[in-house]
Amino acid sequence: MANISRRNLVALLGAAPFAGALLAQGQESAAPRKFQDISPREQMRRKHFPNLLLTTHEGKQVRFYDDLIKDKIVLLNFMYVKCDGICMPITMNLKRVQELFGARMGKDIFIHSFTLKPQEDTVASLQHYAHMHHVKPGSGWTFLTGSVADMELLRRKLGYVDPDPEVDKDKSNHIGVIKYGNEQLQRWGGCPGMSKASWIVKSVGWVDWPKDMKKNGGAS
Amino acid sequence: MANISRRNRRREKEKQTAANNRRELIAAGFKRRDLLKMGLLTSAGMLVPKKGLSAHPVTRSGFALPDDDPNSPNTTPFVENMPRLPVLAPVAALTPAPTAVPNMGAGEARTVTHQAFAQFPPLRYYELIQQQAFVNMSPDLPPQCIWGFNGITPGPMIVERYGPLGSPQLGSILVRQRNNLPPVNNCGFGLPSVTTHLHNGHTPLESDGFPCFFQETGHFYDHHYPNVYAGVNSTHPGVGDIKEAMSTLWYHDHRIDHTAENTYKGLAGTYILFNEFDTGDENTGFRLPSFGDGQNPLTSFDIYMVFNDKVFDHDTGALAFDLFNTDGILGDKFLVNGKINPVLHVSPRRYRFRWLNTGPSRFYQMFLLGPNNTTKSFWQISTDGNLMERPVQVTSSRISVAERVDVIVDFTGQAGKTFYIENRLEQEDGRGPTGNVLNAGQGNKILKIVVDGPVVADNSIDPATIPANPPVYFYGFPNTTDAPRITRTFRFERGNGQWQVNGQLVGDCDDPNDIRFAIKRNSVEKWIFQNNSGGWQHPIHMHFEEFQTLTLNGNAPANSGIIERGRKDVLRLEHNMEAVVYFRFRDFIGKFPLHCHNVVHEDHAMMVLGQINDVGDNKTQP
Repeated sequence: MANISRRNLVALLGAAPFAGALLAQGQESAAPRKFQDISPREQMRRKHFPNLLLTTHEGKQVRFYDDLIKDKIVLLNFMYVKCDGICMPITMNLKRVQELFGARMGKDIFIHSFTLKPQEDTVASLQHYAHMHHVKPGSGWTFLTGSVADMELLRRKLGYVDPDPEVDKDKSNHIGVIKYGNEQLQRWGGCPGMSKASWIVKSVGWVDWPKDMKKNGGAS
Repeated sequence: MANISRRNRRREKEKQTAANNRRELIAAGFKRRDLLKMGLLTSAGMLVPKKGLSAHPVTRSGFALPDDDPNSPNTTPFVENMPRLPVLAPVAALTPAPTAVPNMGAGEARTVTHQAFAQFPPLRYYELIQQQAFVNMSPDLPPQCIWGFNGITPGPMIVERYGPLGSPQLGSILVRQRNNLPPVNNCGFGLPSVTTHLHNGHTPLESDGFPCFFQETGHFYDHHYPNVYAGVNSTHPGVGDIKEAMSTLWYHDHRIDHTAENTYKGLAGTYILFNEFDTGDENTGFRLPSFGDGQNPLTSFDIYMVFNDKVFDHDTGALAFDLFNTDGILGDKFLVNGKINPVLHVSPRRYRFRWLNTGPSRFYQMFLLGPNNTTKSFWQISTDGNLMERPVQVTSSRISVAERVDVIVDFTGQAGKTFYIENRLEQEDGRGPTGNVLNAGQGNKILKIVVDGPVVADNSIDPATIPANPPVYFYGFPNTTDAPRITRTFRFERGNGQWQVNGQLVGDCDDPNDIRFAIKRNSVEKWIFQNNSGGWQHPIHMHFEEFQTLTLNGNAPANSGIIERGRKDVLRLEHNMEAVVYFRFRDFIGKFPLHCHNVVHEDHAMMVLGQINDVGDNKTQP
């Protein structure tokens, strides 16, 4: 079954015979709807992973999808430097997570922390924040900023939005969820930022590549 | 156009209004900066998600996504027949043969020995294979990639029977779950790691589908379901309390943190229990409409209907699930038994319908819409699949996620007429219903029922003819007067955009300290469920035992409030509500979850793990 493309299946199982019935009932659509053959992976990229130009705390320009997400296991969270709430404990928690991942960090597992306040979190202040938390250059953990519009778009695309606009405006009470996922396998989950570091690591393990699968080599 | 839902019509109108408003704003000479100042434009350059302003449809999360169209493609309703759920046949033997001790060497994922295997050895075996398949949900959509028990969704129905009173061992069965889900290529969502919960089963807890007892692809897990009445090893030794009889259950995936996507992808099925009273034969016992073989329309008048709402990708027509939503997910297509807006043909007689809402997040209020926007009344006979003391005539039944009601609908004398099962409960996002109940004909018409079947004999009881005395026609309610060993409080709340119970997260499956409380076996407990929020509603589900409601917001249900006093396993915790409920935990031990059954909330930590043992603890706010 896995080898049959969706297009072939449509042809095999056929929506076509119903076109006549539609016409007979005087429905608006005279012809059966043509659906596009877009892979689920590509559709998820279009819906959730805009290829925005962002800047890391090391001053490097990166593309959100191409450089940060594609083919990787990632942990994502939103924070800001002057946050008095849960940012600091979550950052400290992620530091423990980073240590537990060991050599895989920066190889196929990455942590991306996005600022909620791009207007005040400059590259320099993010660099200072990373330094304060002993996040070393090249360690697979980046703090990212971008244009105000782009960071807002990203926040919404990744679901870091409270449906109550009043609550949503209050950045001091922002959403403390860590989203984790494997872009290639379309496996995503979320866990509270204050979950135990060891439990976060186990949770991320659920989206890991199966042992016998060649990484980045499988079909999407 | 007939097949545009109310929601779509409203969105279309919103789009037009938005376009007009924006033209007016531009005509008035407002610049972007002015709009920002006026709070009408977000910093991202989007018009704020105020109704009538954004050109983009407001998504279920309440905000506008510039590139997405959250509307499913149009489908023509009421073309295909509603499938009757296939009944699962037992198998003669399982290979390898089931064992009390987990057979890990042969690939069993279970880690706990069956505690009641010797007492209730399974007499019948079933096997379910969880696998990926392509199925048709509508003639207007391409085949859908699903995960289903035996490759179908809903999964096959298990139809079983309690042992006769005094012979509890005669109801015992074993269901082997095999995980054959693909390790990669999940068609966009789904985690191929599962644990199957028998919802409302009085089941030894190693077979209950504990969220942390998951099985990976290639493994199997044997679930032992003795099908005994609660009390069999305690208050009513060797018999069980008939007042605890259950009728309408279901099974579904309960994988920690990934239940929403896996059940939405199809991993849910049905399970019903008969006995010598609720016999499945309308000539005997309670004389409820006959189950027959579950398939033949001339002999099968007891029909399980599984309701859920889904979204399909506008471009590809494929089943879509938003993996980045943490609030709750609403679909704009309504399915019954796996088909979008199907048709059911019935004969002019009485039927028993069993209604289940599998979610993920929607609450329904079901009405029967008749000709000329009339509303037809019906008889509710159960709450969460547990028969009440007697049928109650109603015009609607409200069911949040995982709730069930059994109803008797009388189509006698209605030949030639058409009815619809209509949901009139308004809900705009995953937070819960607004509370508005729409007018007849204004809701979601989900299922079309045409009374054009042949005239057939009807020997089922007419609920209207049941005399007022004695007051109990089915089973009396168990008493709620035994003194509780402890009263515990559970606050369901939100903090930093995360779900919590008593300010805590679900915790770590592998840390014994995260089993937050212990109930003493064969004890009575009183629990207080609190929702301090005016913004969210939560269907709260407890495993293993049903409860009875003592008070809602301080008020005890009236004696006449038969539905309010019914035995339940899901409590609809509405805005700013406090509920006090009464539990008896009998017979078996092990670990269980208490959780919100808005499965998106459930996956984001709105769960407490507990256990039943022979010691118990005294934590009043676990």
